[in-house]
Amino acid sequence: MTPDQLDAVFSALADPTRRAILARLMEGEASVNELAEPFAISQPAISKHLKMLERAGLVTRSADGTRRPVRIEAAPMKDAVDWLEKYRRFWEQSYALLDSLLASLQTPVNKPEPASKKGKKDA
Amino acid sequence: MPKPLTITTPGDRQIVVVREFDAPRDLVFLCYSKPELLRRWYGMPDWTTFVCDIDFRVGGKYRIGQHSPNGYELASQGIYTAIVAPERIEQTEYYDDDWTQGGTTNVLTLTETAGVTTATMTITFASAEARAAAAASPMAEGMEIGFKRLDAALAELRKN
Repeated sequence: MTPDQLDAVFSALADPTRRAILARLMEGEASVNELAEPFAISQPAISKHLKMLERAGLVTRSADGTRRPVRIEAAPMKDAVDWLEKYRRFWEQSYALLDSLLASLQTPVNKPEPASKKGKKDA
Repeated sequence: MPKPLTITTPGDRQIVVVREFDAPRDLVFLCYSKPELLRRWYGMPDWTTFVCDIDFRVGGKYRIGQHSPNGYELASQGIYTAIVAPERIEQTEYYDDDWTQGGTTNVLTLTETAGVTTATMTITFASAEARAAAAASPMAEGMEIGFKRLDAALAELRKN
């Protein structure tokens, strides 16, 4: 997947109507008319959203007669999720260092450690 | 035991990163506000921090940058727009490579409960398109380069 494609996926996912369309398609394929039903927008407007989703590779339309059902494609969504995973890891690695730093700042100067279990009693 | 990091993308322009720390809020705030402490944790563990200049006051500038092991340079700068010690830091951030397309506004809030501090970082992009584009930026590539050596580096850190 190229950066342009990933860009298209995130742009497509940025719109609430398109996210709702994808949620509907996760239940199974649907025609444009069926997709337009729950929304208070026209069928041409739905078609416009579908074009963006198609361009991002998130949905495909079969050539099955006039109904031409729309179905969801999982791979590009996974790529978008993978990117967020990278971002998460960036912060996780950074914060793991902060954990260590905070621990070192709290011992032993700022907060004396509890007495050791063995030895040092006869100091 | 602090909860693990969570990351969400509420709305069209935001990324929110939440993490708990087993330390009082004052100390966490200190680690964000003192350059000598910030440079010890911020960024990739196996990258070299070549600059960490921060003028920690409202209107003050900061610049922080790292080199990856293969020479990729990732640096950003901005201005502190609000500081409420020890609970809130707001700053603008612009990357040299402008991978965020017009910069971001970053708001950090710190809350403390029973000695555990929750850090919530809200990064707001200029537009939905900018957030999307950031996903396809060289930063993601740069991070991936870093990750290849990361697991080993972290394992070593944990041993110490």
